Amino acid sequence: MNYEKIEKSAQTRKKVVNVVVYVLLSIWAIMVLFPFYWMILTSFQSYSAYNSEYIPQLFTLSPTLQNYVDAFTTVPLARYFTNTLIFTLATTGIMLVVTVLAAFAFARMEFKGKNIVFTLFLSLMMIPSELVIITNYVTITNLEMRNTFMGLILPSVTSVFYIYLLKENFAQIPDELYYAAKVDGTSDFRYLRRVMIPICKHTIVTITILKVIECWNSYVWPRLITDNQLYYLVSNGIQEIRENGFGRENIPAMMAAVVVISVPLIVLFLIFHKKIMAGVARGGTKG
Amino acid sequence: MEKNNLKAWLYLLPAIAFLGVFMVYPLIDVFIYSFEEGYNSASQTFFGVGTYNYSYVLHDPYFLQAVKNTFILVFITVPISTGLALLISVGLSSIKALKNLYQTIYFLPYVTNTLAVGLVFMILFKKTPYTDGLANLIISWFGGGSIDFIGGPYWAKMFVLCFYTVWVVLPFKILILTSALASVRQDYYNAAKVDGTSKLRIFTRITLPMISPTLFYLIITGFIGAFKAYSDVVALFGTDLNAAEMNTIVGYVYDMLYGNSGGYPSYASAAAIILFAIVLTITCINLLVSKKHVHYN
Amino acid sequence: MVIIMKVVLQNLTKKFPSRNKKGGEVVAVNDFTFEIPDGKLVGLLGPSGCGKSTTLNLLCGLQKPTSGKIFFGEDEVTNLPAEHRGVGLVFQNYALYPHLTVLQNIIFPLQNLKGKDKLSKAVMTEKAYEVAKLVQIDELMDRKPSELSGGQQQRVAIARALVKMPKVLLLDEPLSNLDARLRLQTREEIRRIQRETQITTVFVTHDQEEAMSISDMIVVMKDGVIQQIGKPQEVYDDPVNLFVAKFLGTPPINVFRGEVKGDKLYIGQEAILDIQGVADQEVYVGIRPEGFILDEQGALGCELSRLEVMGRDVSVVSTHPACENTTIRSIIGSDSKVDLGAKTIRFNVKPGKVDIFSMTTQERIHFELK
Repeated sequence: MNYEKIEKSAQTRKKVVNVVVYVLLSIWAIMVLFPFYWMILTSFQSYSAYNSEYIPQLFTLSPTLQNYVDAFTTVPLARYFTNTLIFTLATTGIMLVVTVLAAFAFARMEFKGKNIVFTLFLSLMMIPSELVIITNYVTITNLEMRNTFMGLILPSVTSVFYIYLLKENFAQIPDELYYAAKVDGTSDFRYLRRVMIPICKHTIVTITILKVIECWNSYVWPRLITDNQLYYLVSNGIQEIRENGFGRENIPAMMAAVVVISVPLIVLFLIFHKKIMAGVARGGTKG
Repeated sequence: MEKNNLKAWLYLLPAIAFLGVFMVYPLIDVFIYSFEEGYNSASQTFFGVGTYNYSYVLHDPYFLQAVKNTFILVFITVPISTGLALLISVGLSSIKALKNLYQTIYFLPYVTNTLAVGLVFMILFKKTPYTDGLANLIISWFGGGSIDFIGGPYWAKMFVLCFYTVWVVLPFKILILTSALASVRQDYYNAAKVDGTSKLRIFTRITLPMISPTLFYLIITGFIGAFKAYSDVVALFGTDLNAAEMNTIVGYVYDMLYGNSGGYPSYASAAAIILFAIVLTITCINLLVSKKHVHYN
Repeated sequence: MVIIMKVVLQNLTKKFPSRNKKGGEVVAVNDFTFEIPDGKLVGLLGPSGCGKSTTLNLLCGLQKPTSGKIFFGEDEVTNLPAEHRGVGLVFQNYALYPHLTVLQNIIFPLQNLKGKDKLSKAVMTEKAYEVAKLVQIDELMDRKPSELSGGQQQRVAIARALVKMPKVLLLDEPLSNLDARLRLQTREEIRRIQRETQITTVFVTHDQEEAMSISDMIVVMKDGVIQQIGKPQEVYDDPVNLFVAKFLGTPPINVFRGEVKGDKLYIGQEAILDIQGVADQEVYVGIRPEGFILDEQGALGCELSRLEVMGRDVSVVSTHPACENTTIRSIIGSDSKVDLGAKTIRFNVKPGKVDIFSMTTQERIHFELK
């Protein structure tokens, strides 16, 4: 047996495999990054420069900020932005309160019918939102809450999955802690606030992140419920810009708007990328 | 522990109220709607009860087009995205240097607005009087003729849609698969290695069975998610999807409900329930198949 | 047909980059030179963190040494990947594939063979049953690992490692996951299997009793350095330093601070032995528990604490101010009479059970009896 030859060939194979892996991974990384690069690039090109490029160029020598000015002045981008911010914060905030309270009741309290109610909750997880959105649309219309923040927020608040996720996490806290707190005369609510929430911080951060991403990107419900530009969220705003936009097909200005809309979440992601990825992985695999 | 019923219900009240109004009631209502014939949303009256709404929807060419589009989309993107995610995750877990950088890059699409990035894709693929677009530039390098992927032939539009859908769903799948791969104990790989197992065999006989529950979870949720495709499609082809021949079932539901062709909640309800039935059937088939092939600890 | 093979380790060294931020290196295995004779059962023994598992990983090829060489027979295999070495490895937690049955687990290594070595399904099954009979699990072939007890899983793991007739069989802490009774039984089993197959076997353990009871040869390690190599009884009787003396034997050796002065060995003020050939100095005196003789006129007086009767033997527990251990344990025949009311108990010592060690280097100092 020629061990030297085996050693050599094993080493070469390892090197070749490594190179192939890196090349493939890099190709996909470029595929992912390229649209972002393209939108940033285009957003800095002047309208005339962009339209005169019959063959697209991969860089520009005369960047301009005019598109960003246009994006904020010609269309109410700032308005879309504020709307989305209000919508996201309010929805996520209310969701957290509702979810924490419900999860606490399921995890910590004993009451008649608990198991039945919990099973009912779980079975709601399987209901797709498309099924209930029709009636919700009618309900909100009848309540004359179209084009209001209430109409946008209220149906988006509850998520059974998050209640389930948090309840599971709450349930892992040993009973002894609760009894100890009871002996010390701590009220249920104080126990929830001072013990359970801090211990389950991770899960709460996870569902907050997931909900913020969901809110920031939500399109369907806002589209159904708003037809007044004053209440558009960024997704609807983008669609509006695309269809009626800048009076003419001004792609660089559109891209500037797209950059502005994408930046907040991307910045948030780059700062907290470890937390966010861990959170999504946890939320994803437990489901 | 003593039972404090009242207090518990108080804690549950907000959740129950929200769920009751915006989930349970609509769920019942959507079935009622779907059987109310000739419902008029202005006067909120209807003629009778029956299955006419279903039969209308099932004979509507727009709906049939939407079903066809959705099925093509689902059966192309779910296998491709799952396979590609598996390939990338395996590649990712085999490297050490730059691993975190790659992981972070791959996850980026997850946190971006689908509508916004869809617009970028549209520009990359669209052919206008001013430019053929970047995609056509690349095709021309390989000697191909230019195609309008956004306003052109059906298969070209479908290609862009599938491509964009895969681009959008991959981050989640890669993330989940990478963490599943990382949770396989190194001992198994060492044992296989000492026994002289080839890389391919380690993958098919050890890695795949070990991560099969995760893989299967991704396939099921992938199917469900792909059947509900809508906003990606809007991002690429605009809101008038019927005209673009690119509508999906969910798109059909919303069009029936709202917009230029809207005002028919009964038809929308019938279509939504048909969609639900399709998804349920596919999920059940998936579950049956998995019993044979998935290894649970 | 078994290929019997000696294994040679030459100046083997493995360094790891240090975990702490200051950098530097951790030397897990330091200049390890050792020849494992063919067909023997060798125990690598040492406290945790002594480098014994690293040595095992170097042997099977899962890790590459920083320097030094490894030979299987005449062939150098130092940089050969694990898959080409033809070794069998049994993991501490067995690493049985949970989704495969026992039979599939055992066959797994055979299915890896390619080209001219490829076996037919029937031959593979036959071989699997052969080895399963050897480890006595041929009744369990259709079960999944999760349906087996710890001891059965252990046997499956051994069968899987043996089925391809490895040149060398390596066992990593093979008994640590078993309960006490199974441990006794399984170690006999390992001994028997090794005798029957004649495969050169190396196993790693931190349990000296385990190593002593079944090995043909033990290698005592500490901080990556070989302390002593030899037959178990030889190492026990003739330790090279205080560490080895303390590490082997249950109950452990009793260590006293003592002194050699004018050809007498003192513990405290009491001269316990007349010796020669050793310069006057302070020393550690190690006395095995079985090295005490009860004697009312004995040289060494200890304060009696209690008696522990363990069937055949009686263990006398006492204390002495010069003793390094918290208590002195001495084992005497149960026919000896001990006066429990007495405060002090006096011993003579058996010269062959007494070793002395340098205070500074802790190396053994050999002496002659006068």
